[in-house]
Amino acid sequence: MVAVRYKTAFTLYPYKKVPEQTGTPVRHPVVIVGGGPVGLTLALDLGKKGTPALVLDDHEGAGLGSKAICFAKRTLDIAHRLGAAQPMIDKGVIWNVGRVFHGDDRLFSFDLQPEAGHRNPAFINLQQPYFERFLMDEIRRVQSQGAPIETRGRNRVIGLKTHADFVTLDIDTPDGPYQIEADYLVACDGARSAMRDMMGLSFDGRMFEDNFLIADVRMTADFPTERWFWFEPPFKDSGQSALLHKQPDDIWRIDFQLGWDIDRDQELQEDRIRARVDAMLSSQTGEVPDYELVWTSIYTFQCRRMKEFRHGRVFFAGDSAHQVSPFGARGANSGVQDAENLAWKLDHVIKGLAGEPLLDSYSQERGHGADENILNSSRATDFMTPKTQASRLFRDAVLNLAGRHPFARPMVNSGRLSVPCTYQGLPLISADALDGPAATRPGAACVDAPVGNGFLLDLLGHDFVLLVLGGSTPPDMPELRLVHIPDPTPELAVRYLGGNSGAIYLIRPDQHIAGRWPGIDARTIRVALDRALGKD
Amino acid sequence: MALILTPNITDPDGFYDELLAAHEGLDKDQSDALTARLVLVLANHIGDRDLLRLALEAAK
Ligand SMILES: Cc1cc2nc3c(=O)[nH]c(=O)nc-3n(C[C@H](O)[C@H](O)[C@H](O)COP(=O)(O)OP(=O)(O)OC[C@H]3O[C@@H](n4cnc5c(N)ncnc54)[C@H](O)[C@@H]3O)c2cc1C
Repeated sequence: MVAVRYKTAFTLYPYKKVPEQTGTPVRHPVVIVGGGPVGLTLALDLGKKGTPALVLDDHEGAGLGSKAICFAKRTLDIAHRLGAAQPMIDKGVIWNVGRVFHGDDRLFSFDLQPEAGHRNPAFINLQQPYFERFLMDEIRRVQSQGAPIETRGRNRVIGLKTHADFVTLDIDTPDGPYQIEADYLVACDGARSAMRDMMGLSFDGRMFEDNFLIADVRMTADFPTERWFWFEPPFKDSGQSALLHKQPDDIWRIDFQLGWDIDRDQELQEDRIRARVDAMLSSQTGEVPDYELVWTSIYTFQCRRMKEFRHGRVFFAGDSAHQVSPFGARGANSGVQDAENLAWKLDHVIKGLAGEPLLDSYSQERGHGADENILNSSRATDFMTPKTQASRLFRDAVLNLAGRHPFARPMVNSGRLSVPCTYQGLPLISADALDGPAATRPGAACVDAPVGNGFLLDLLGHDFVLLVLGGSTPPDMPELRLVHIPDPTPELAVRYLGGNSGAIYLIRPDQHIAGRWPGIDARTIRVALDRALGKD
Repeated sequence: MALILTPNITDPDGFYDELLAAHEGLDKDQSDALTARLVLVLANHIGDRDLLRLALEAAK
């Protein structure tokens, strides 16, 4: 029996009995536990590279209810590489104007006009179930062209046994249990990871003692597509902070920070929620628009991570490996980067193009990303909920000044939008040999720029690439795909050349920069490539 | 640049006077808030992170 733990918004991978459920256990190269945003991204990335991926999930699709809504540019760039971004952009809401309030005061507003010359916006708002559905649509499309991806719904992993070079899994299904084996297992099974528990691994961090009430409301009234954030909202009983944010389908996300000592059942009563929502929605106009409550829940959060994301043949990715507060939208966004980081490494090792040390770099690089995310989200939390007298004193001083002086506005922290971390200084990344722009230093994710009628990221694709910019003569290297752009557009030059007339970039399959030089010989590039493959 | 820890304010007595005058009539909370705002205004004027770090150390 496989118990239903939550309702699903969409059915994505319905249960179907497979012949393997009887007979001796079958060995799979990569088994992914969990078909959330992270597991699906990983499966799609592996499958497109031709490496077989089997996804097991104990439900049949995306969970109903409010989770991620804010997807950052880097996630969209990854989804674009994987062929799944267009429906996300089409469906998503793009917003630019944000307003910050402190009590009754309107402190300031900001306009995040996007920088020109990128294919994707800085972020979109889109309900997580859509994100998962669009990934699954692309999985179905490539499956029909023969990509080796398999998804099995209502397959719950109930037992895990590790061996030196494989893993055995016990799986429960509506037709009873069966066993499989995996050369590599990736646990993408969320914050309550059963795989982590089965392996007896700890998940340490800092618990923030706070409750957040989420209300998703449907409202067709004319209301601006802006992000409104209140510190110490003036409406009755609304807690420490409040957020109003637009999603597709005329849905608005409302968040109230209620504090620790609350009566959850009472706070979830409809009349109480409506009283709060009425006060918020009427705060600027004096009128309560018509709206419908479509989802309400209370959640708490923690900031924590596993010490190691790799344990022999078992990897942890996404919420199973690390958890952050939702401020700054770093959960799904960072998990998708975990998936992409691991995909090319597993693919290279399984194809015999690199050795086991490459796999260790997954934990180093993404552990670094997790630390950065935890730092950012802890800082936002400390600003939003000052824990000491001194932190409240300075928080209030910043808010007071921000209303009057622009200098204080960058210090106002209601969550910093997720941007990718750089892996500079970590073992796979070569030292910077170019006096070039900081944004494209080795370890950074490639910044997009217009090229001809398209964009740079489109030319990079899924494998190692040598990007040659300007007049430098491309070195002769048959083992690397070469992209030569003799005449860079002004944006490309600003983002990749700085004051130089030419440059050479070695770019990894996850479109992070492995090294850059003013122009060099094939030998130097080969050394950098070996290093990028963990062969050093 | 080094943090200046030798006398640098012309008319120190006059400055001190103005500093206290700014707090006149304020209760403890209001005074604390003013001091915090002043720290932020001055810190922004300095801007340089290394100097600010030295200043934090010097003030401890
Ligand atoms: C209120 C809220 C707001 C958020 N906002 C944002 C945001 O704006 N942006 C953002 O990036 N992130 C946000 N997040 C975080 C985001 O939702 C998570 O980071 C994301 O869902 C993690 O994805 P995942 O694939 O790692 O895990 P999950 O989405 O949790 O998926 C895990 C999957 O594994 C399955 N599973 C579990 N155990 C087993 C088992 N034993 N066998 C088989 N299958 C199993 C589950 O059924 C599930 O399908 C928010 C979270 C919350 C709660």
